[in-house]
Amino acid sequence: MADRRTEHLPGAGASLHHYVRGLVLSVLLTGAAFALVMTHALPRNATIFVILALAAIQIFVHLVDFLHIDGSLEQRWNVYAALFALLVVGILVGGSIWIMFSAHANMNIGTPMPGMTMTPEAF
Amino acid sequence: MTILDLPEAHSVHAPQHPSAAADDAELTEKTVFGFWLYLMSDVVLFATLFAVFAVVGRSYAGGPTGQELFDLPYVLVETAVLLASSVAFGFVTLAAQDDRRQATLLWMAVTFAIGAVFIVMEVYEFHHLIEEGAGPSRSAFLSAYFTLVGTHGLHVASGLLWMIVTGFQLARDGLTATVHRRLGLLGLFWHFLDVIWIVVFTEVYLIGVL
Repeated sequence: MADRRTEHLPGAGASLHHYVRGLVLSVLLTGAAFALVMTHALPRNATIFVILALAAIQIFVHLVDFLHIDGSLEQRWNVYAALFALLVVGILVGGSIWIMFSAHANMNIGTPMPGMTMTPEAF
Repeated sequence: MTILDLPEAHSVHAPQHPSAAADDAELTEKTVFGFWLYLMSDVVLFATLFAVFAVVGRSYAGGPTGQELFDLPYVLVETAVLLASSVAFGFVTLAAQDDRRQATLLWMAVTFAIGAVFIVMEVYEFHHLIEEGAGPSRSAFLSAYFTLVGTHGLHVASGLLWMIVTGFQLARDGLTATVHRRLGLLGLFWHFLDVIWIVVFTEVYLIGVL
């Protein structure tokens, strides 16, 4: 299996059970998220919390089973790059939401202009 | 070719040529890492669009809301289609590893067909929204929606184009080191787009209808 031409490729060492496991877990996690939202089984905030958690787990499943990130020594720099990207994402997304919430809270909008609904509350 | 090769090119002593296979292996390692850095920059691009959607995703400007527009069963089918094409590419990777050229080509065709279904469904969805007067200029919510989902769709479409090109190279050259490398990168790209979609259906569609 460790052919010279494929040993450094992302899929090196991948086998069928990775893809089967990834597929089964993804179907379960995605199905659960859609079912929760479509059946209104939980209150709104609890639903949001749970589906965000399900998404995080599914991202992890995809990274391990489809992208074959396994934290081996060879992949150390890939993982560092990913962690740095994650830091930038945290600053970007977290910072944007934080700033826009504060701006919204501190702007005393007495009579909102028609059609102007500045409510940063997607989460 | 690259800056990294320069010292060797300028060295006084004749460079000891390692075997071609070792050259290929080293090139693959560097190329995969470089492509990974590109993917991480793509993560930042998508994060920017996700941040925009998080901020203006409820600014409807008196227009239609996500709850009124989004059809969750349709999105669930889209999600299943994209997941299926991701798994289908897994079979491309497995077939290529076993040096089975015909099987690799066959699974690439399957992946392509399923990926094309996703794009068709997305184009239909966009067309339907625009027909209903819910185009990207209707509200900040819809601008952010079309930009985010459209950017993902463009990535998937580029992946399909890449698949055609690599498919031709595979049919013409067989499973050479170069073709192996390109299939590996294409696989990373394809699975990566499925990861982005997880965040799209969670943030845009599921939370959007709540």
